[in-house]
Amino acid sequence: MNFDMGAYSVYIWPAYGISALALAGITLWTLAAWRRAKARLAALEKRPSQT
Amino acid sequence: MNFLFRYANPHEFMRLSGAVLPFTAVATVLCLGVGLYLGFSVPPDYQQGTTVTLLFIHVPADVVAELAYGAIAVCSLLSLVWRHPLADTAARAAAPYGALFTALGLITGSLWGKPMWGTYWVWDARLTSFLLLLFLYLGYMALWNAVEDEARAARAAAILALVGVVNIPIIKFSVDWWSTLHQGESIVSGKVAPVYLWPLLIMMLGYVLLFLTLWMVRIRTVILERRARNLMQAGTP
Repeated sequence: MNFDMGAYSVYIWPAYGISALALAGITLWTLAAWRRAKARLAALEKRPSQT
Repeated sequence: MNFLFRYANPHEFMRLSGAVLPFTAVATVLCLGVGLYLGFSVPPDYQQGTTVTLLFIHVPADVVAELAYGAIAVCSLLSLVWRHPLADTAARAAAPYGALFTALGLITGSLWGKPMWGTYWVWDARLTSFLLLLFLYLGYMALWNAVEDEARAARAAAILALVGVVNIPIIKFSVDWWSTLHQGESIVSGKVAPVYLWPLLIMMLGYVLLFLTLWMVRIRTVILERRARNLMQAGTP
């Protein structure tokens, strides 16, 4: 593998950095929302039935 | 059609997506790992030098940006014409991902444009039609949020999505129809050397799998949120 991008480093690394951050960010957001929804539903289902 | 309706039922979707997700998640990580490894092992291009490594994140982002829009359009059609019960949820769920991949395509493209064309941005057909795609996504999401009644919001958003579909072939053929700084189609026509083509295809697959995985998780999340809302409403006297 070669990470020496020479003079073009200033363009290549920001492009990779922004892409990695954005994709990691939206993955974490998606998973956090999923866990939140799951926990909320579980809490509601545990509630004693009011009927 | 029958196939689509069988899995339209949220219960079936939860079951099926739950079974598929572990595989798509693992395949995503594998593809991105192998793709990046191969991508950083290529020799510099004879014309573009090391900036050829931008190919492996720029083109996949663009492909997913258009794929996600296509997915929204198909779901919108299913919702408008066949009243497919899960289609609105699926269409709406894809939008934030589509918008993000479009933005990434624009940003990585602009960072590639500067060293190769001498400018970050030019108002030519490809770049402008791709920017329009971002605005379509943003407009689509804004419309969903703007209309209070969910059924009406879904209808309006679906119509916008279907009107906007005309932009997809414009993006695709913009490089043929108008003179543009952006290079022409090179993958299908076999102009990409195999040493660059393989990492590109694997990264593309990785990006597509990532989108599909996140999209499925998002739809599942919305289904659970809806169940919780129904429970809340049932619980209030």
